[in-house]
Amino acid sequence: MSRWLTDRPIDVGRLLAGVASPGAGGTVAFLGTVRRSEADGAVAAIEYSAYEEMAEAEFDRIVAEAMARWPDVRVALRHRLGVVPLGEASVAIVAAAPHRADAYAASRFLIEETKRRAPIWKKERFDSGQSRWVEGTPGGG
Amino acid sequence: MTGATAGQGAIRITVRLFASYAEAAGRDVLELSLAAGATAADALAAVRREAWASRVPPSPAVAVNRRYAAGEVRLADGDEVAIIPPVAGG
Repeated sequence: MSRWLTDRPIDVGRLLAGVASPGAGGTVAFLGTVRRSEADGAVAAIEYSAYEEMAEAEFDRIVAEAMARWPDVRVALRHRLGVVPLGEASVAIVAAAPHRADAYAASRFLIEETKRRAPIWKKERFDSGQSRWVEGTPGGG
Repeated sequence: MTGATAGQGAIRITVRLFASYAEAAGRDVLELSLAAGATAADALAAVRREAWASRVPPSPAVAVNRRYAAGEVRLADGDEVAIIPPVAGG
Protein backbone atom coordinates (compact mmCIF):
# COMPACT_ATOMS: atom_id res chain seq x y z
CA MET A 1 0.00 0.00 0.00
CA SER A 2 2.65 2.50 1.08
CA ARG A 3 5.51 3.11 3.46
CA TRP A 4 3.50 3.18 6.70
CA LEU A 5 0.07 1.76 5.88
CA THR A 6 -0.92 -1.78 5.01
CA ASP A 7 -4.15 -3.64 4.40
CA ARG A 8 -2.65 -6.99 5.35
CA PRO A 9 -1.73 -8.59 8.69
CA ILE A 10 1.40 -6.94 10.03
CA ASP A 11 4.61 -8.98 9.80
CA VAL A 12 6.30 -8.02 13.04
CA GLY A 13 9.26 -10.33 12.44
CA ARG A 14 10.01 -8.51 9.24
CA LEU A 15 9.83 -5.13 10.98
CA LEU A 16 12.25 -6.35 13.65
CA ALA A 17 14.64 -7.64 11.02
CA GLY A 18 14.51 -4.26 9.35
CA VAL A 19 15.78 -2.35 12.39
CA ALA A 20 18.31 -4.92 13.57
CA SER A 21 21.95 -3.93 13.53
CA PRO A 22 25.16 -4.91 15.27
CA GLY A 23 24.93 -1.73 17.34
CA ALA A 24 21.51 -2.43 18.82
CA GLY A 25 21.55 -3.51 22.44
CA GLY A 26 17.86 -2.97 23.11
CA THR A 27 14.90 -3.46 20.79
CA VAL A 28 11.32 -2.68 21.73
CA ALA A 29 8.27 -3.90 19.86
CA PHE A 30 4.86 -2.38 20.58
CA LEU A 31 1.66 -3.82 19.17
CA GLY A 32 -1.72 -2.15 19.41
CA THR A 33 -4.22 -4.98 19.30
CA VAL A 34 -7.97 -5.16 18.88
CA ARG A 35 -9.51 -6.00 22.22
CA ARG A 36 -12.87 -6.58 23.77
CA SER A 37 -13.79 -5.13 27.13
CA GLU A 38 -16.95 -5.20 29.26
CA ALA A 39 -17.65 -1.63 28.28
CA ASP A 40 -17.07 -2.22 24.58
CA GLY A 41 -19.36 -5.21 24.31
CA ALA A 42 -19.07 -8.08 21.84
CA VAL A 43 -16.50 -6.56 19.51
CA ALA A 44 -15.63 -8.98 16.74
CA ALA A 45 -13.34 -6.69 14.79
CA ILE A 46 -12.42 -3.07 14.25
CA GLU A 47 -12.48 -1.48 10.83
CA TYR A 48 -9.82 1.17 10.36
CA SER A 49 -10.00 3.87 7.73
CA ALA A 50 -7.72 6.81 7.02
CA TYR A 51 -7.10 9.97 5.07
CA GLU A 52 -4.35 7.96 3.51
CA GLU A 53 -2.38 10.65 1.75
CA MET A 54 -2.26 12.74 4.91
CA ALA A 55 -1.56 9.75 7.15
CA GLU A 56 1.49 8.98 5.02
CA ALA A 57 2.71 12.56 5.34
CA GLU A 58 1.95 12.74 9.06
CA PHE A 59 3.81 9.47 9.71
CA ASP A 60 6.75 10.85 7.71
CA ARG A 61 6.75 13.84 10.08
CA ILE A 62 6.32 11.77 13.26
CA VAL A 63 9.12 9.39 12.34
CA ALA A 64 11.42 12.26 11.31
CA GLU A 65 10.80 13.87 14.70
CA ALA A 66 11.68 10.62 16.47
CA MET A 67 14.85 10.26 14.44
CA ALA A 68 15.86 13.83 15.26
CA ARG A 69 15.30 13.31 18.98
CA TRP A 70 16.92 9.88 19.17
CA PRO A 71 19.52 9.81 16.37
CA ASP A 72 20.89 6.39 17.32
CA VAL A 73 17.53 4.65 17.17
CA ARG A 74 16.25 2.74 14.16
CA VAL A 75 12.48 2.56 13.95
CA ALA A 76 9.78 0.97 11.87
CA LEU A 77 6.03 1.49 12.03
CA ARG A 78 3.07 -0.07 10.27
CA HIS A 79 -0.59 0.80 10.68
CA ARG A 80 -3.14 -1.57 9.31
CA LEU A 81 -6.31 -0.42 7.57
CA GLY A 82 -9.48 -2.32 6.83
CA VAL A 83 -11.03 -4.95 9.06
CA VAL A 84 -8.73 -6.10 11.88
CA PRO A 85 -10.11 -9.08 13.81
CA LEU A 86 -10.10 -9.37 17.60
CA GLY A 87 -6.62 -10.10 18.89
CA GLU A 88 -4.76 -8.95 15.81
CA ALA A 89 -2.50 -5.94 15.63
CA SER A 90 -3.74 -2.68 14.15
CA VAL A 91 -0.39 -0.98 14.65
CA ALA A 92 3.16 -2.17 15.18
CA ILE A 93 6.11 -0.05 16.19
CA VAL A 94 9.65 -1.34 16.60
CA ALA A 95 12.61 0.64 17.88
CA ALA A 96 16.20 -0.56 18.17
CA ALA A 97 18.93 1.41 19.91
CA PRO A 98 22.35 0.89 21.49
CA HIS A 99 20.68 1.16 24.90
CA ARG A 100 17.16 0.28 25.91
CA ALA A 101 16.27 3.69 27.40
CA ASP A 102 16.20 5.29 23.97
CA ALA A 103 14.40 2.34 22.40
CA TYR A 104 11.63 2.60 25.01
CA ALA A 105 11.45 6.38 24.72
CA ALA A 106 11.28 6.42 20.92
CA SER A 107 8.71 3.64 20.89
CA ARG A 108 6.54 5.50 23.39
CA PHE A 109 6.84 8.74 21.43
CA LEU A 110 5.80 7.04 18.20
CA ILE A 111 2.65 5.46 19.60
CA GLU A 112 1.57 8.56 21.50
CA GLU A 113 2.05 10.78 18.45
CA THR A 114 0.28 8.24 16.25
CA LYS A 115 -2.70 8.30 18.55
CA ARG A 116 -2.70 12.06 18.80
CA ARG A 117 -2.14 13.00 15.16
CA ALA A 118 -2.64 10.28 12.58
CA PRO A 119 -5.82 10.90 10.55
CA ILE A 120 -7.15 7.39 11.13
CA TRP A 121 -10.56 6.37 12.42
CA LYS A 122 -12.12 3.20 13.70
CA LYS A 123 -15.46 1.55 13.59
CA GLU A 124 -16.28 -1.32 15.94
CA ARG A 125 -17.98 -4.29 14.40
CA PHE A 126 -19.97 -6.44 16.81
CA ASP A 127 -20.88 -10.12 16.81
CA SER A 128 -24.45 -8.99 16.17
CA GLY A 129 -23.41 -7.51 12.84
CA GLN A 130 -23.95 -3.95 14.03
CA SER A 131 -21.20 -1.38 13.84
CA ARG A 132 -20.44 1.88 15.59
CA TRP A 133 -17.90 4.64 15.10
CA VAL A 134 -15.54 4.97 18.03
CA GLU A 135 -15.34 8.47 19.46
CA GLY A 136 -11.82 9.66 18.89
CA THR A 137 -9.46 12.24 20.29
CA PRO A 138 -9.95 15.76 19.03
CA GLY A 139 -6.96 17.93 18.31
CA GLY A 140 -4.70 16.34 15.79
CA GLY A 141 -1.78 18.64 15.05
CA MET B 1 -17.39 36.17 1.00
CA THR B 2 -18.19 32.47 1.01
CA GLY B 3 -20.00 30.74 -1.80
CA ALA B 4 -18.89 33.36 -4.29
CA THR B 5 -19.94 32.59 -7.81
CA ALA B 6 -17.24 32.59 -10.43
CA GLY B 7 -15.83 36.04 -10.08
CA GLN B 8 -12.50 37.62 -10.48
CA GLY B 9 -10.00 35.86 -8.32
CA ALA B 10 -12.41 33.22 -7.04
CA ILE B 11 -10.61 30.09 -5.98
CA ARG B 12 -11.80 26.53 -6.25
CA ILE B 13 -11.00 24.13 -3.48
CA THR B 14 -11.84 20.56 -2.64
CA VAL B 15 -13.09 19.64 0.83
CA ARG B 16 -12.63 16.02 1.81
CA LEU B 17 -14.73 14.32 4.44
CA PHE B 18 -14.00 11.14 6.34
CA ALA B 19 -15.43 8.59 8.75
CA SER B 20 -18.55 9.73 10.59
CA TYR B 21 -18.63 13.06 8.73
CA ALA B 22 -18.58 11.39 5.31
CA GLU B 23 -21.24 8.98 6.47
CA ALA B 24 -23.46 11.79 7.74
CA ALA B 25 -22.93 13.84 4.59
CA GLY B 26 -23.56 10.89 2.31
CA ARG B 27 -20.42 11.73 0.37
CA ASP B 28 -16.71 12.18 0.86
CA VAL B 29 -15.90 15.25 -1.16
CA LEU B 30 -17.30 18.73 -1.82
CA GLU B 31 -16.11 21.33 -4.27
CA LEU B 32 -16.26 24.94 -3.13
CA SER B 33 -15.76 28.23 -4.90
CA LEU B 34 -14.51 30.88 -2.48
CA ALA B 35 -13.37 34.47 -2.79
CA ALA B 36 -9.70 35.15 -3.28
CA GLY B 37 -7.98 35.38 0.08
CA ALA B 38 -10.36 32.90 1.68
CA THR B 39 -9.05 30.98 4.64
CA ALA B 40 -9.50 27.48 6.00
CA ALA B 41 -12.02 28.97 8.43
CA ASP B 42 -14.01 30.34 5.48
CA ALA B 43 -14.08 26.88 3.90
CA LEU B 44 -15.30 25.42 7.17
CA ALA B 45 -18.02 28.07 7.43
CA ALA B 46 -19.22 27.18 3.94
CA VAL B 47 -19.40 23.51 4.86
CA ARG B 48 -21.36 24.29 8.01
CA ARG B 49 -24.27 25.45 5.88
CA GLU B 50 -25.02 21.79 5.14
CA ALA B 51 -27.44 20.05 7.47
CA TRP B 52 -25.19 17.16 8.41
CA ALA B 53 -22.50 19.59 9.61
CA SER B 54 -24.30 20.31 12.87
CA ARG B 55 -22.34 17.36 14.25
CA VAL B 56 -19.01 19.09 13.55
CA PRO B 57 -17.74 20.61 16.82
CA PRO B 58 -17.00 24.34 17.19
CA SER B 59 -13.27 23.97 16.52
CA PRO B 60 -12.60 20.85 14.51
CA ALA B 61 -9.16 19.87 13.33
CA VAL B 62 -8.67 21.01 9.75
CA ALA B 63 -5.99 20.07 7.25
CA VAL B 64 -4.86 22.01 4.20
CA ASN B 65 -2.89 20.08 1.61
CA ARG B 66 -2.41 17.13 3.98
CA ARG B 67 -1.11 19.09 6.91
CA TYR B 68 -2.94 20.31 10.00
CA ALA B 69 -3.65 24.01 9.64
CA ALA B 70 -5.05 26.85 11.72
CA GLY B 71 -8.21 28.59 10.57
CA GLU B 72 -6.30 31.66 9.44
CA VAL B 73 -4.34 29.77 6.81
CA ARG B 74 -4.98 31.31 3.41
CA LEU B 75 -6.14 29.03 0.65
CA ALA B 76 -5.00 28.95 -2.94
CA ASP B 77 -6.80 27.75 -6.04
CA GLY B 78 -6.71 23.96 -6.17
CA ASP B 79 -6.03 23.44 -2.47
CA GLU B 80 -7.32 20.36 -0.69
CA VAL B 81 -8.96 20.98 2.67
CA ALA B 82 -10.12 18.25 5.01
CA ILE B 83 -12.28 18.37 8.11
CA ILE B 84 -10.76 15.84 10.44
CA PRO B 85 -13.10 14.06 12.84
CA PRO B 86 -11.62 13.19 16.25
CA VAL B 87 -8.90 10.68 15.42
CA ALA B 88 -8.71 7.12 16.67
CA GLY B 89 -5.62 5.55 15.16
CA GLY B 90 -3.13 3.31 16.93
